[in-house]
Amino acid sequence: MSRHVVARTDELADGERKIVEIEGRSIGLFRVGDAWYAVRNTCPHQSGPLCRGYLTGLLESDGPGEFRYSRRGEMLRCPWHGWEFDLRTGQSWVDPTRLRVRHYETTVEPGSALLTGTPPVAPGQRVPGPYTAETYEVSVDHDYVVIEF
Amino acid sequence: MMTAAELPVRDRSRSVLQTGIVDADVHNMYPAPGALVPYLSQRWARHLETIGLRTTVPYRDNATTFFKLAPAISRRDAWPPGGGLPGSDLAFLREQLLDGVNVRWGVLNFLTSLEDQLNEEWAAAMARAMNDWQIAEWLDPEPRLRASIVVQAQNPELAVAEIERLGGHPGFVQVLMPNRTAEPLGRRKHWPIFEAAERHGLTIGMHTNDSWRIPPNSGWYSYYLEDHTLLSGTTQSQLASLVLGGVFERFPGLRVVCIEGGFAWMPALMQRLDAVWRRLGDEIPDVVRPPSEYLREQVWVTTQPMEEPARPRQLLDVIEQMGADRIMFATDYPHWDSDDPVHAFPLKLPHDIETMIFRDNAARLYGFPIEEDTGV
Amino acid sequence: MSAPTDARTEQSAPPTTGAVDVDVHHDLAAVEELFPYLDAHWRDYVVERGLPGFDTNYYPQASPMSVRPDLLRPDGPPPATDPATVAADVLDRTGSSTAILNCLYGVQPMQNEYLAAALSSALNDWQRERWLAVDPRLRASIVVPTQNAELAAREIDRTAADGAFVQVLMFVRDRMQLGKRFFWPIYEAAERHGLPIAVHPFGSFNHPNTPAGWASTYIEEYVAQAQLFHAQVVSIVCQGVLARFPELRFVLLESGASWLPPLMWRFDKDWKGLRHDTPWVDRAPSDLIRRHFRLATAPLDVEGPDGLLRLIDQLGSDEMLLYSSDYPHHHHDPGVGSVLGLPDDLRQKVLSGNARALYPLDRGGHR
Repeated sequence: MSRHVVARTDELADGERKIVEIEGRSIGLFRVGDAWYAVRNTCPHQSGPLCRGYLTGLLESDGPGEFRYSRRGEMLRCPWHGWEFDLRTGQSWVDPTRLRVRHYETTVEPGSALLTGTPPVAPGQRVPGPYTAETYEVSVDHDYVVIEF
Repeated sequence: MMTAAELPVRDRSRSVLQTGIVDADVHNMYPAPGALVPYLSQRWARHLETIGLRTTVPYRDNATTFFKLAPAISRRDAWPPGGGLPGSDLAFLREQLLDGVNVRWGVLNFLTSLEDQLNEEWAAAMARAMNDWQIAEWLDPEPRLRASIVVQAQNPELAVAEIERLGGHPGFVQVLMPNRTAEPLGRRKHWPIFEAAERHGLTIGMHTNDSWRIPPNSGWYSYYLEDHTLLSGTTQSQLASLVLGGVFERFPGLRVVCIEGGFAWMPALMQRLDAVWRRLGDEIPDVVRPPSEYLREQVWVTTQPMEEPARPRQLLDVIEQMGADRIMFATDYPHWDSDDPVHAFPLKLPHDIETMIFRDNAARLYGFPIEEDTGV
Repeated sequence: MSAPTDARTEQSAPPTTGAVDVDVHHDLAAVEELFPYLDAHWRDYVVERGLPGFDTNYYPQASPMSVRPDLLRPDGPPPATDPATVAADVLDRTGSSTAILNCLYGVQPMQNEYLAAALSSALNDWQRERWLAVDPRLRASIVVPTQNAELAAREIDRTAADGAFVQVLMFVRDRMQLGKRFFWPIYEAAERHGLPIAVHPFGSFNHPNTPAGWASTYIEEYVAQAQLFHAQVVSIVCQGVLARFPELRFVLLESGASWLPPLMWRFDKDWKGLRHDTPWVDRAPSDLIRRHFRLATAPLDVEGPDGLLRLIDQLGSDEMLLYSSDYPHHHHDPGVGSVLGLPDDLRQKVLSGNARALYPLDRGGHR
């Protein structure tokens, strides 16, 4: 398993996302409130760019004409056919057991921890970032989102 | 802009998916209706500005009274980065579709609301403008594209005039007609259109559409889920009208393409038509052969939106039952329900069937040369 | 597997012994037959206006599909009008053990809902006394005035106490789509009494008969009945009828059946993207359809027993098909030939097992 620093926490506001590339894979990173979710940017249905889809809530019903809407912003709908995926688990709503998008654990870590972790990263040292041609400069003054890959 | 890692994996070397497919249903669009002004006379340009395109629902900006899934009914990744509606930017369409999924030939079906324009001269003027706009902005600059002639089918006389005007233009391969109509297309009033299309060697592309001048067969529904699911039934009823109305018997050179209605229903429809014809055929003595024979010879279907049975093998069964030679792949780009060529079929097709569906059937029908160097 | 395809072959040997025939039609010889069951006001209403009765033109009188040739008996009663003859035709001669009568008299198309309600009651009483009482093997569907769902529900409540009524009859064309809340009182009553809803072709002609506008010919109109069934299945699922009435079942009569799997495939796919309009549809539509819908076998629109096996495979259930003769209609595909060619256990299910699981036949016929 590898760990990748992909964003500074103040980089994305609530409801925003960014698409990063890790080891040749396109991954979507989403901020919902103070939670961070990462899923593969490929819909398991027809391989559409899932992470460019619309964020919606979980819509359930207790019967005709009844609408129960919760977890606003945590359901990702594919930009092609509108299939819904749960950002927390990667499961599809319509077929949760068989259809899921790969999702990844994320952690938020202070720059200080990254700089003193194992192996320790010296202050000012550059850590491989989300883009192949880009690197992240970790500083003790900020928090960072790390994807476990 | 998509990054390389975002593009679907396309690893089917030695397949037509790699060497170039035909896409039988691509939707171009204008950035805004005003783009047609240069192609309209002063009178009709003024009409566009003051009255505009009328719809049969009482909303200014909604084309229906039940609401669709996504803006411009389009894939959310299909909005051109430079602005304008999905399908309106040729450069982006090249990038995302023609180059993006290896489309060697694409057939443009410019969807209009002309069937709801009941001012017939206005509709005819708009049809002319739309076709001239297609020539100038799509066919001339992009040799991989061919187009359908847009007509207003309510007035066959004016529709025929437009077909006569453009039937010799090499960029047009088809006449586009709606499948949700006030009167079924088999009705005799439509026959001059079929006659003109047959004479010019143009196919009739019968595309699903929104037209709400008359209610659906069982009354209004509430939801787009109902509407979209039932589009395949409309296609089936139109085919029944065409074949039982004697259109195929009267115009043996006519070729009809059913677009966006799916295809898995074809064997069941053929079975029903033949059996009912054997019992009730006396009513229509001009239809001298079992209806399925006309359908097999004169009807083509496009794949999108692909039916997806829980057991994919059933789809292959259907294809084997109906014969693969009349099925043509279509993306329906840029609409939300479009199909990706690599992933649309829920199972791997046998190589020969894949080649037919993704390239050869359409290439033969529309007269696209199949270059040997793209063959397998 | 040689499949008998005409009526005479079916009758010479009764391979349908023990079958439950879920679609048999009976008819009035004249509207006056109903007079004993109508109150004076409605009797006078019909007489004063010179109304010729309410026979429907769903099957044009002399069309080759309307009556099996062997039932045209020059010296006998008009087809399907005599209870003893019908019982002999559909039960004695075929070996069927039970037949369900579906009355096509034209109650639902009329605009006067109170006359429709009076006629419905009269027809149900007529069915009970003239038909169900003469043969305990007969069952009937309850005729209801769908113009007014409250009155229709009341008629179900009034009639269902008689165990020989095993179903409620509706038509594939009505004033609005069958899923709409307007009709829910009918469904509520049917579910409460454990009765399925049968949906028969034709009905009230309020909308064009095809989704592409009014058909030109009868054959075209007939073929397009299948697309009406498409619309009603989709409506019943999407509007939430099955979520609200989880025990309710629908029986599609004379629909052709083989149109359904491709529709299920398309419906499932669309639901995956468009379910936000109808979140009460909380599972794949095909699952709901398999659970709640049944299909009668005349006609089947399949090619022989192999075609029927394919259809059953595509449906994903062997519990959906119910044998029917559609007596006295001379169907383009009687279906029975394909049914009889099925393997034993499947054939048994289609001929009787599925119907016995569905209908409350044990509540008993008359006598």
